[in-house]
Amino acid sequence: MEAIVELLQKNARFSSAEIADRLDMDEAEVIRHIKELEENGTIFGYHAVIDRERSGDTSVSAMIEIKLTPQRDGGFDKLAERIAKFDQVTNCYLMSGGYDLAVIVEGETLNDVARFVSERLSTVDGVIGTSTHFQLKVYKQNGFIASAGFKPERLPVTP
Amino acid sequence: MKPLEDRIAKQVASIPRSGIRDFFELVQGRDDVISLGVGEPDFAAPWHIREAAIFALEKGQTSYTSNLGLPSLRESISKYVTKKFDVKYDPKTEVLVTVGVSEALDIACRALLDPGDEVIYHEPCYVSYSPSIVMAYGKSVAIQTKLEDKFALLASDVEAAITDRTKILLLNFPTNPTGAVEPIEELEKIAKLAIKHDLIVISDEIYSELIYGENGIDVGEHTSIASLPGMKERTILLHGFSKAYAMTGFRLGYSCAPHVLTEAMMKIHQYSMLCAPIMSQLAAVEALENGDAEVERMRKAYAQRRNLLLRKFRKMEVPCFSPGGAFYAFPDIRQFGLSSMEFAHRLLEEESVAVVPGTAFGPAGEGCVRCCYATAYDELEIALEKIGNFVSRLKS
Repeated sequence: MEAIVELLQKNARFSSAEIADRLDMDEAEVIRHIKELEENGTIFGYHAVIDRERSGDTSVSAMIEIKLTPQRDGGFDKLAERIAKFDQVTNCYLMSGGYDLAVIVEGETLNDVARFVSERLSTVDGVIGTSTHFQLKVYKQNGFIASAGFKPERLPVTP
Repeated sequence: MKPLEDRIAKQVASIPRSGIRDFFELVQGRDDVISLGVGEPDFAAPWHIREAAIFALEKGQTSYTSNLGLPSLRESISKYVTKKFDVKYDPKTEVLVTVGVSEALDIACRALLDPGDEVIYHEPCYVSYSPSIVMAYGKSVAIQTKLEDKFALLASDVEAAITDRTKILLLNFPTNPTGAVEPIEELEKIAKLAIKHDLIVISDEIYSELIYGENGIDVGEHTSIASLPGMKERTILLHGFSKAYAMTGFRLGYSCAPHVLTEAMMKIHQYSMLCAPIMSQLAAVEALENGDAEVERMRKAYAQRRNLLLRKFRKMEVPCFSPGGAFYAFPDIRQFGLSSMEFAHRLLEEESVAVVPGTAFGPAGEGCVRCCYATAYDELEIALEKIGNFVSRLKS
């Protein structure tokens, strides 16, 4: 199972047949394992990692630091779950250090994000303050280097 | 003027051209070829190692080092070898950093052989073994290992090859080109023979990190002959960074051997090579200190490709023993009635897939071809499909 997770984490498009080839397993067994991983929530989704600049996507992304007042019942969890539910929020993490939540927000324009932060996020009961950092350029995302280029050559036959 | 051909030293003239060169020339210049003929990783050296080399250059570390190699690298090697092989070497006197294992083997032979001394080694093997022995005026005595034994070396064959001129036993497990590993029982018997006949053992263990366990994914077991009782004092352990760390172009290897042997090898090394490149040495320190995770990542990738390859050969009904190490498979093509050379030539002509004829590694390689699976998975898949097409045409 661990080996399957490792492979899918690297490339979610590996077919079950390919995973079976790579791990020397039965394909049916691979399918069964993947289903189990999906059902028990180990795998919570699949998506392509897109170079937005190339895809022509002009939307913007920002990292928002949020300070919270912990609630008596459930600490940060309730608030964090509430914030995470917004469609604009793509990632949401509880952090150690100077602030409590790190949230990634996406919007069509700078204004969209700014409005979302000021009107929706900062007005949530329990949010004490926010600090917004707009993303300027992507160099690496989810383990992939943007604009993969040069491939060094090897001699075709060597001892 | 006498023809220049006549000026070449007899010893050098006597060495045949490498079979691999002939094949290389056929493949070179064709850009449609998928090559399983390469003997090196398809990965670039891990970034943290490259970064260490860049940092070394930035700091202006461009000078000679001690002939033996940087003390810090020898410390790291000694620590690593103790952990990995369970043999302790004094970094001050028993470790020598070389320009690849190739240099280490060359100077080991030159340090030990007097004209006519015999070296026993096992074929199929890496192409430089016999030439290295011959250039040191030794006599190379090849034992032909067999497909039936999964190309393991039998102690009984070693015993039969020993004469009163035998000085060295040269071992390479896991083996290039077969991927063979040596069963521990045979290794123990061979160690006893070495002690009984007072032989020096040179053990080239360059592939010893790339070992595959029973389930095809987990790391397998490797025992160095140097770690067996009574063997450290008669063994020259050769290892390096090319394969496991994907650092072929850094040209860096090392030998671990008793002080007297190290000192003799160092004499040749200091006059012919002076020292290994310092930036490679600094990169190697980084590799040993922080490289384990990357080695395992690459080993796992090889393991997956190995699984694919064995599976596809099974489907093609081409027998291929399950190689325990390195990144080579050595399928048996005898059923097609072609020589290894003919098979490789036709596969190249008809399907544009390059494999290396087994005979490039010695006569015992006849009937097999070497397929290197240090090739991107997708390319390997296509190559195997093409081999499948070729094979089914041969069968029909």
